[in-house]
Amino acid sequence: MTRLADGVNAPALTVFLLLLALVTVLGFLAARWRQADNALDLHEWGLGGRSFGTWVTWFLLGGDVYTAYTFIAVPAAVYATGSAGFWSIPYAAVVYPLVFLLLPRLWSVARVHGYVTPADFVRGRYGSRALSLAMALTGILATMPYIALQLVGLETVLTVLGIGGGQAANPLVRDLPLLIAFAVLAAYTYSSGLRAPAVIAFVKDALVYIVIIVAVVYLPMRLGGYGHVFDSAAAKFQAVNPATHQPTGSLVPGPKAQWAYATLALGSALGLFMYPHTLTGVLAAKSRRTVRRNMAILPAYTLMLGLLALLGFMAVSAGVGQGVKGYNAQLAVPQLFAQFFPGWFAGVAFAAIGIGALVPAAIMSIGAANLFTRNVYKEFLKPDATPEQQTKVAKLASLLVKFGALAFVVGMDKQFAINLQLLGGLWILQTLPTVAAGLFTRWFHRWALLAGWAVGMAYGTWQAYGIATPATRHFGGSTAVVPFIGETGYIGLTAFALNLLVALALTVLLRALGAPQGKDETSPEDYRVEAGTAADAPEPAPVPALTAAS
Amino acid sequence: MSSEVPWTDRESGSQPVPPLTPERFLAGLALAVPVVALLWVPSYSKSAPALGGVPFFYWYQLMWVPLAAVFTGAAHLLLSRDEKHRAALNGGDAR
Repeated sequence: MTRLADGVNAPALTVFLLLLALVTVLGFLAARWRQADNALDLHEWGLGGRSFGTWVTWFLLGGDVYTAYTFIAVPAAVYATGSAGFWSIPYAAVVYPLVFLLLPRLWSVARVHGYVTPADFVRGRYGSRALSLAMALTGILATMPYIALQLVGLETVLTVLGIGGGQAANPLVRDLPLLIAFAVLAAYTYSSGLRAPAVIAFVKDALVYIVIIVAVVYLPMRLGGYGHVFDSAAAKFQAVNPATHQPTGSLVPGPKAQWAYATLALGSALGLFMYPHTLTGVLAAKSRRTVRRNMAILPAYTLMLGLLALLGFMAVSAGVGQGVKGYNAQLAVPQLFAQFFPGWFAGVAFAAIGIGALVPAAIMSIGAANLFTRNVYKEFLKPDATPEQQTKVAKLASLLVKFGALAFVVGMDKQFAINLQLLGGLWILQTLPTVAAGLFTRWFHRWALLAGWAVGMAYGTWQAYGIATPATRHFGGSTAVVPFIGETGYIGLTAFALNLLVALALTVLLRALGAPQGKDETSPEDYRVEAGTAADAPEPAPVPALTAAS
Repeated sequence: MSSEVPWTDRESGSQPVPPLTPERFLAGLALAVPVVALLWVPSYSKSAPALGGVPFFYWYQLMWVPLAAVFTGAAHLLLSRDEKHRAALNGGDAR
């Protein structure tokens, strides 16, 4: 136990634990918030009754998209490489105009037909169980490592606080704080469903805004101003890395790095709202207008993320981790806080990151559980499942998904989780042609879309497999040379282009051959319905059983 | 409801609204502007002029974040206006 006591920052730890206790109570109380009569329906547990207004949705999506791992990884990338780590900012800025036309249509059609997941929509639109299953499995696969990374983010904070993580000899002591945090998360997600993260997100976001505003004003004052921060960062990045014989980083991307910068931003932005957790947040909105408004107000979080990214430079300037061999860049910003803030405020900052891990982890496990319940369990295992049974299965699935993620973090190399999450982004992007095209047109053939998806998944995974770094032999990055263009770009976007080409070519062929199109249960008006208008059904209709062969 | 908005140049009231209205066109443009600006990396990949010690590359991109919100908000207002007209012309239902 002496080992534990050594590095513990008592005021920080006290504030951290108090704030975590507060959100735990809120998480359990959330079950009673705005509860409807049909509490057993999956809409209630899995989508919060589709009742969230503009501000709740804003907090929920903000807590959902801007995760603890983001708060750790983005400044860590800037700390390690400079400008190359900053691409998350254009990514999180262009995403909203890019999905602005898609998401309201998805919300409307999901409202009319009672869809809970994007795979529900795909099944209804294309009448294809195979295509729907492909979408559901991709979503689950991409989400699992993402949940694992939230736990990695939490572990980072615990390490800096001096409890758990690190190199403690006893694995139980090392992982105990993580296990406790996880058990609490699992319990309130199980009992309260999507309402729990929606309530907790208020606390999380308030803390995040306070911490970042204080940090970007106070820290440069301590470090001699922004000019000095960037000058000292520039000097550090010019140092040559002995392994690669290249400068370690740069303040501005050179001509060769610009393609990678833009394609990473575009590809990630296109994929972001295909994730089950982000779509869960969108479908839980109470009206179409709520979704649209949020596209205009969510960039406030991107601005925060951009300011947070600048903290990476401040960590460089302050000399955090300097001279430490094999230094984990992810510790840079938490250690910067611990070094410059008074203990209690560092505790607030760490609580913001810690709660920032719990909110998205809860929504991700709910999103994945919804996919499993609707598109695997009900579709293939028990087609006559009642709404009560579906809710029960979804609750259990949310537990299972979290256990899987925990096993990942505790039992396997952390780097493996990070690599898999990069792959997850690549995979989820391959569902975009099916979902996005389906929102506007039935021109694409379901088999062509399935073939395009398979080609995109295979090509992207194969390319990523071949990327080695000094730290890892496979899946070591997300960029490679783009065929025919010859520039280095995001693999996911190349795979997406290939996916789209295959879908286009095969659609032309299959339509010429007269292959069966499948039954479309939606009508053009369904995509424009607003809540409370004459076209809106008083109750979201249950999804009728699929009769068409696929 | 929408009588205060001039909409007389749309032929007679029973004519369907064309798919591409000025509102829809402008909304599309408003959505495209921030995307193009931020993905056109060579246009801002330089360090001068700095602002308060922050190199151009960083403050320019940070500046585009609220601008993207303004453009997206404009698209939202334009499309709401368009939908209102369509609803009015089609007898109260947003079709």
